[in-house]
Amino acid sequence: MALLEIEDLHVGYPTVTGVAELVRGLRFTVDAGEAVGLVGESGSGKSQTALAILQLLRPPVRILKGTIRFDGQDLASADERMMRPLRGSAISMVFQDALSGLNPAFTIGQQLTDVITAHRRCSRAEAIRIAVDALGMVGIREPESRLAQYPHQFSGGMRQRVLIAMAIACRPKLLIADEPTTALDVTVQAQIVELLADLRERLGLALLFITHNLDLMSQVCGRAVVLYGGMLMEEAPVSALFATPRHPYTRALLACVPRLSDAPGAINSIEGSPPVAGRLGPGCPFVPRCALQVVQCAERPPERVGASRRVACWRAEA
Amino acid sequence: MSALLELDNISKTYELERRLLPRMFGASRPLHAVKNVSLRLERGGVLGLVGESGCGKSTLAQIIMRLERETTGTIRFDGTDITALEGSALQPFRRRFQMVFQDSTASINPRKTVRRTLGESLQLADVPKSECERAIADLLEQVGLDRSFAARYPHQLSGGQRQRVAIARALAMKPELLVADEPVSSLDVSLQAQILRLLIQLRKRLGLTMIFISHDLALVHHLCDDVAVMQAGSIVEQGAPADVLRHPQHEYTRKLLAAVPKGPAERAA
Repeated sequence: MALLEIEDLHVGYPTVTGVAELVRGLRFTVDAGEAVGLVGESGSGKSQTALAILQLLRPPVRILKGTIRFDGQDLASADERMMRPLRGSAISMVFQDALSGLNPAFTIGQQLTDVITAHRRCSRAEAIRIAVDALGMVGIREPESRLAQYPHQFSGGMRQRVLIAMAIACRPKLLIADEPTTALDVTVQAQIVELLADLRERLGLALLFITHNLDLMSQVCGRAVVLYGGMLMEEAPVSALFATPRHPYTRALLACVPRLSDAPGAINSIEGSPPVAGRLGPGCPFVPRCALQVVQCAERPPERVGASRRVACWRAEA
Repeated sequence: MSALLELDNISKTYELERRLLPRMFGASRPLHAVKNVSLRLERGGVLGLVGESGCGKSTLAQIIMRLERETTGTIRFDGTDITALEGSALQPFRRRFQMVFQDSTASINPRKTVRRTLGESLQLADVPKSECERAIADLLEQVGLDRSFAARYPHQLSGGQRQRVAIARALAMKPELLVADEPVSSLDVSLQAQILRLLIQLRKRLGLTMIFISHDLALVHHLCDDVAVMQAGSIVEQGAPADVLRHPQHEYTRKLLAAVPKGPAERAA
């Protein structure tokens, strides 16, 4: 059974003329222990989806419609009292900006034990033991001595490790990582991605990895959900997505990843601009930039469901 | 071909110990941000400067742009030693090299329209007021934007469009050398590709000489005909991209290459 089931999710905010939708009828699942990549450019609704799962949407943005089932509970209609014990415990999240994720005025130890004592009834000594354990697990050496240090004494990559330690300290079933490496160097990025893959295996947690970097995603995830303009474009196992992308957008996106194996100067780009959230018609959001458009594209494309993949395009076969 | 830019033994040292007395007693803590860098950039060439954050690549760019003073060494621009020049003597050279910064949100004034931002640069480039409007339209066209964008404010532009405006502003001076410091690292993949293509086009069309600073080796591979890998202030390896990226000699270059994300096909290969 799926750990996380998102069904017909609509996220948006009211405007003078109606509502502006940022996520438009999204459906996907994450199984226990599975790593799923949520891929899309800025404005595609990937971060809003993650925030919706945790009920952290910033008003006036809210869930307009749909269900989010996690471990048998419906989170879409859950109230704050129900969400608080879940956040940081059963579901936790690692954000993009490691600098603002930590409070500069408190030690790492204080911030880590805060999370632990919020969710578990345990003594301070026990909380410290769990914190040390979590820091060790994310590859921070001599964790005991680092507990007394402040965030500014850690490098960017180390801070991100601390945040990951915080996220896994209470052994979540689902870890959401929202662009966890964007602010980091390539070498550090590679380490963090390796760490996430390793933790998933060791702790058996499910991972929802949000990124715009397809290659990076392919190193961690088994399955990918491609979003554009708040709608699902394609869902497929990662190997199949790379080998035979079915949706014109997926194809275009894959083609514009610069690779060392390409001929120098041979770069493909998607012309035009990404869609402005909330200002889209009912049809496929990719139409203005699509080379294969037909008249039907003005209507919402049906999701064609195949054995292991889904494609939302009038011109594609599942 | 003649060298447009020659760096000879450029070093930059920051003194971390601020107090005078300890310094006098020998407790200085120098930080070598750039160490003995010598480079030669031919007219029309594109040099890729690669390295992790903190390796000194941005400091080096700022020294070339004369935004930062070197501690030792000389820079020759088109044969003239510009490190010896100051103030008004340097002024005529300044417009010959221009820079595009990483963060277009921070480098463009949010309270000015695109027309004013570009207009100010054009005025500094001595373009008469009567021709400004046409020059603005030309610049926007150069960077692939519609002329209607002139009336917009930065917040009405997407990240990619803002970076195009930043490039247009640099081009207003008709520079010979364009230094681009991580110009695409804050952009999405599809926009990255667009800007990269634009830079390749501009290079061909205007014969620009460029320094492209990046930590993404795949981008450097596409754009540059010379790569310099920097580590801790020094250049550890330099050569044609095909050699450096295919047969890296230095340990650090290998480490950087190994860290580049790879798709399933590349991993299998």
